[in-house]
Amino acid sequence: MDRIPILRMGDFLLVTIQVDMHDQLAMTLQDDLTSQIEKTGAKGVLIDISALEMVDSFIGRMIANISGMSRILDASTVVVGMQPAVAITLVELGLSLAGVQTALNVDRGMQRLRADVAGKEADDGRHQE
Amino acid sequence: MAVTKSEVIPIRTEHDIVVARQAVRRLSVEAAFGLVDQTKMVTAASELARNTFIYGGGGTLQCESLLEGARRGLRLTFTDQGPGIADLSLAMKDGWTSGSGMGLGLSGAKRLVNEFEIESVHGQGTRVTITRWK
Ligand SMILES: Nc1ncnc2c1ncn2[C@@H]1O[C@H](COP(=O)(O)OP(=O)(O)OP(=O)(O)O)[C@@H](O)[C@H]1O
Ligand SMILES: [Mg+2]
Repeated sequence: MDRIPILRMGDFLLVTIQVDMHDQLAMTLQDDLTSQIEKTGAKGVLIDISALEMVDSFIGRMIANISGMSRILDASTVVVGMQPAVAITLVELGLSLAGVQTALNVDRGMQRLRADVAGKEADDGRHQE
Repeated sequence: MAVTKSEVIPIRTEHDIVVARQAVRRLSVEAAFGLVDQTKMVTAASELARNTFIYGGGGTLQCESLLEGARRGLRLTFTDQGPGIADLSLAMKDGWTSGSGMGLGLSGAKRLVNEFEIESVHGQGTRVTITRWK
């Protein structure tokens, strides 16, 4: 069965979606990412959707689920590179993706993840005092 | 109004939803839609094709390229012989789902197009027609 590859880079997991995903492929990615976060203890997930020409309610729900799931597992998720036409369409469809962090590109997304991790470590330090 | 081209795509498997999206993209480009309009039409088609597959038990998508004067358009008709929708006004509500969806497919698709029509007969099937003009 086909899958979307998940790359590991230090504390982070990286996914680049380059195909028009059928629903099962999106579900598999969601499951794979969740189990990878758990297995690796990753602190952040970056999902590059710059090649996606459409996000409908199903893919939108997958993105929201991944983001929510990672939060429960103490990792941050950032979605990067959403095309403007896709963003405009999503809003009109009625999907706000509230609670999902987004960034313009991969660089900004990585910055965001590093900042999130640094913030959490500072918090942990405070709790231990 | 003239129909300049017509094709029918079966919606029998989950993969056919992807096939439908790709056909609608191609026809939207042919109709000279801008990128945002293309994306809206493809997204609406994806929602409706999924409904045809999941709730309608499969069916067809008819794509018709339209010409009215100098205006070009694209009309998509999704037809199934499934259980139909008992309460149409409820089904059209944002956030209402009988399953595990987000209840955005029908109401969202309606917002993404210029014309939206739905006919459904309980026990006989559902037909949704959407049109977008350049
Ligand atoms: N072709 C159809 N045949 C029978 N029932 C349908 C059909 N299309 C939609 N429905 C009914 O209308 C409801 C609303 O559909 P809609 O697409 O708006 O939301 P959804 O499919 O439940 O969720 P989402 O599309 O956001 O994932 C569905 O839950 C289903 O009960
Ligand atoms: Mg739906």
